[in-house]
Amino acid sequence: MKLKGKTWKFGNDINTDLLLPVPVVFMPAEEQAKHVMEANRPGWVQQVRPGDVIVAGRNFGMGSGRPASRAVKGTGIVCVLAESINGLCFRNSVNFGLWAMEVPGVHAAFEEGDIAEVDFEAFTVRNARSKKVLKGRPFPQNLRDILAAGGIIPMLDAQGLLLPKLPPRGAAPRATGR
Amino acid sequence: MGMTMIEKILARSAGVSKVSPGEVVTVDVETAVVIDLNFLPHDWREPKKVWSPDKCVVIFDHIAPASDERSAILHTTGRDFVRNQKIKRFHDVGPDQGIAHQLVADFGYALPGTVLVCVDSHTCSGGAFNCAARGIGGPELIYVLATGKTWFQVGTTVRYEFHGALPPVLNSKDLIIHIANVYGDHATQNVEYAGPGVANMSLNARRTLSTMSAEISAEFATFEADELCQEYLRSRTDRPFEPQFPDPDASYDDVRTIDLSALEPLVAYPDTIVKNGRPVREAAGERVDQAFIGSCANGTLDDLEVAARIVKGRRVDSRVRFIVTPGSQAIYREALRRGYIADLMEAGAVVTASTCGACAGLSAGALAPGERCITASTRNYKGRMGSQEAEIFLASPATVAATALRGTITDPREFI
Ligand code: SF4
Repeated sequence: MKLKGKTWKFGNDINTDLLLPVPVVFMPAEEQAKHVMEANRPGWVQQVRPGDVIVAGRNFGMGSGRPASRAVKGTGIVCVLAESINGLCFRNSVNFGLWAMEVPGVHAAFEEGDIAEVDFEAFTVRNARSKKVLKGRPFPQNLRDILAAGGIIPMLDAQGLLLPKLPPRGAAPRATGR
Repeated sequence: MGMTMIEKILARSAGVSKVSPGEVVTVDVETAVVIDLNFLPHDWREPKKVWSPDKCVVIFDHIAPASDERSAILHTTGRDFVRNQKIKRFHDVGPDQGIAHQLVADFGYALPGTVLVCVDSHTCSGGAFNCAARGIGGPELIYVLATGKTWFQVGTTVRYEFHGALPPVLNSKDLIIHIANVYGDHATQNVEYAGPGVANMSLNARRTLSTMSAEISAEFATFEADELCQEYLRSRTDRPFEPQFPDPDASYDDVRTIDLSALEPLVAYPDTIVKNGRPVREAAGERVDQAFIGSCANGTLDDLEVAARIVKGRRVDSRVRFIVTPGSQAIYREALRRGYIADLMEAGAVVTASTCGACAGLSAGALAPGERCITASTRNYKGRMGSQEAEIFLASPATVAATALRGTITDPREFI
């Protein structure tokens, strides 16, 4: 998998309450994306274009297990590059099909707006402006397979392990005539 | 070279003789804990068949009892799941209700030497029982329910060796703020808590520390299962377990020694506990509007006891809302029997049913813009308890109780 996108820069310790505040967790998935980084960078979501890339500092996505990675993906962001990524956030990224790589030195190597060329086979990141190439931390093929499938639920569906998606119980209209 | 505690547990659960940092291992899950938030309509997909209903626990805790139609639907969906899949260990609203990680401890669900997963990030709580317990996110939990397996990237490990005992009134909350202050976060690292001082820590105290390890971004946080721990578990479960101890020649990122007896009450300032704590005496005088004791970290009987002891016969400052949420209904009942609840309520506290509640701004106890709260819960990120513009100080239950009395941040030792 190779991808290329315009970068947006964020600092260290971007936490899940910034990515997906609690009240937003209860909104429909499409709605959730509109609130990403609302507290630290209001208006950002409107500027993101499909295919853009986040470049962040240390411990990106620290905090809770809520589906923050899906919300990030919903903004149009296709890939997160960070000095380090919180373990739970990395899992969620893989499982929701949001490409993510830990790349030491990436924060200093990019200015906002630079184009990043990311290679998930060689695990490298190239800055198209400076031509600088950085080495990321690799992860194994089985995780790349989940990412390529678009996340773990599509994969389980393909394997026939899940019941069909039903309308939520209680939300269906009541039977009449009783 | 030998293995650290967590490496031993992961190797055992992966059915291999050795794992090393950097590796990704596929492990068998012994216990999967499903909570009400898993049943959000846009997130939940039910597996055709849960791999082993006997290894599954379902707990309604984040919004229990339901507070609106939305959360009521989470519960009806969850009850259908329990019925369809014939899950026996089910904690609905009722006498066995409580916060998931508290119930995992109370019912002996976290077994030494095994893997336990749940969607919630404070699942590391179960590490107090030598269990590789951690949060894994919603879709991954569905994968576990379908297959009984998951993967972990093996991180490096930091070992803490405790000596001595915490002074009276101090809590593991003070200890974690100290660790976060001195060493910062532990992203991508595991922590192993050990040393002779552990023998002086109750299981509740150990669990507060393992739970709070989410706040220093530890991957796994584990204790050894000593006699105290094993006996406790044997009194609560018939399931077999094999505790895992670190090898003497294990390799660590760092081994750090802490003298528990040298600590003093600490408070973390708003937004994070990492490098953000100060001695309570230096913070004295900061005004608060609300004081909260509860959550999976500090809703135990010990926590209610110390709070009751501090406020007994006194009055909560009239400008402060003092909210107390026991970790489980069983703890609530026991605190009632022992008179702690009466002491708290007579002093002016509002005691709620056991739920996550104010800890995540989900029900009773949310904050408005500009308000300030001191909390004994787990997390003080911006917006955590309601408004993004509220400020959350984080401290031990004793410090919170003392602060409720005075209306400004107060060293609990003044009241003991
Ligand atoms: S009490 Fe707070 S930290 Fe613990 S599980 Fe509930 S919301 Fe999460």
